[in-house]
Amino acid sequence: MMSAELWGIVALSLRVGALAVALTLPLAFALAWILARWRFPGRVLLDALVHLPLVLPPVVTGWLLLVAFGPAGPVGRWLEEWFGVVLIFRWTGAALAAAIMALPLMVRAMRLSIEAIDLRLEGAARTLGAGRWHAFRTVSLPLALPGIFAALVLGFARSIGEFGATITFVSNIPGETQTLPLAIYSALQVPGGEAMVTRLALLSVVLSLAALVLSEWLVRRSHGERARRGD
Amino acid sequence: MAIDIDVERRLGERNIAARFTAGPGLTALFGPSGAGKTSILNMVAGLLRPDRGHIRIGERTLFGPGIDLAPEARRVGYVFQDGRLFPHRRVRANLLYGHDLAPPANRWMGFDEALAFLGIGHLLDRWPQSLSGGEAQRVAIGRALLAAPELLLLDEPLASLDAARRGEIMAVIERIRDELRVPILYVSHDRAEVERLATEIVPIGG
Repeated sequence: MMSAELWGIVALSLRVGALAVALTLPLAFALAWILARWRFPGRVLLDALVHLPLVLPPVVTGWLLLVAFGPAGPVGRWLEEWFGVVLIFRWTGAALAAAIMALPLMVRAMRLSIEAIDLRLEGAARTLGAGRWHAFRTVSLPLALPGIFAALVLGFARSIGEFGATITFVSNIPGETQTLPLAIYSALQVPGGEAMVTRLALLSVVLSLAALVLSEWLVRRSHGERARRGD
Repeated sequence: MAIDIDVERRLGERNIAARFTAGPGLTALFGPSGAGKTSILNMVAGLLRPDRGHIRIGERTLFGPGIDLAPEARRVGYVFQDGRLFPHRRVRANLLYGHDLAPPANRWMGFDEALAFLGIGHLLDRWPQSLSGGEAQRVAIGRALLAAPELLLLDEPLASLDAARRGEIMAVIERIRDELRVPILYVSHDRAEVERLATEIVPIGG
């Protein structure tokens, strides 16, 4: 059964995941758009930078976050002085770590769907009287929607599974930064913690499966609409 | 309304140039494939920027020294070779896309009038993917007409159709030419087609 402790861990994981994708979505979409549509010097470098969290050891990402956002770090000090925001050892810090780790996956998913959109449809919209922004809102954005949904689900699943960068940056504090994977890690260290590990692992499987099924459903739904046009 | 076009544009190795005036009726830009006819239409529509020259419709300059109107400000309707209907909108929403954006004072064709003119009233709830080539082309023409254009561009609108549909769409184009007051620039590489439809023929490239 779900104890209060277990619920706390799941709720925290969901909260971290939700904030992480909410933080990442606008940035990831902008990056996906730029990488899919623009040609400029330094594009390859930007592409590599976006993908860096995917290939870097997560511990290194966590350490870099510590250096930048820690109390002595340039960004961390600035955030605290101007906004009174402290990320280190807080759940918001866990969300930041998860957001950075989810970024490459989200960019990839959205970029693919943006690249699949026929650029000339926007041109058609412009000749019909739509300004650049209106054409984007009414043509490109709706056509990119399946990719955006897929990116959301993928990024969310990745976020609630984040371990290395999180534990390095915000440590493993029950009730504050201890998400599912961190709780599993802690339970493994405790003699007789196997029952807890099993329950947490099962919960992880359920959450991940639910995310996958949801993303599949969303993609099918948008494809289904296309299939129905055949009737 | 007189249309005055003099444009030049370098695209890779090719130099695309055209200089002509067009009056009412249907002016056919006639020439072999690859002569740059579509590029000329794109320049008129504002989708491709000429290196030099001018484009005028009556008193309005769409392009010229220091002037380069955005496509949405040109009032040039464009029927693309592939129709290019919005795949995520039903026929009704496709037709109304430009109509709703046009200031009411500029509109010269009503929605129901366009449906009757083109015989597409029964297609309103269909998705573009489910339309036959001829149906899609009629919807594309309707979408362009409803956006209140002062000039209509048709880019090989018969190219993707079978013989029966060609005749049907040709009849529609003839009726636009004869019954509506909008001048047409028509691109084609087919001599028979051009001879049947054109008020005037402008040879391009070769």
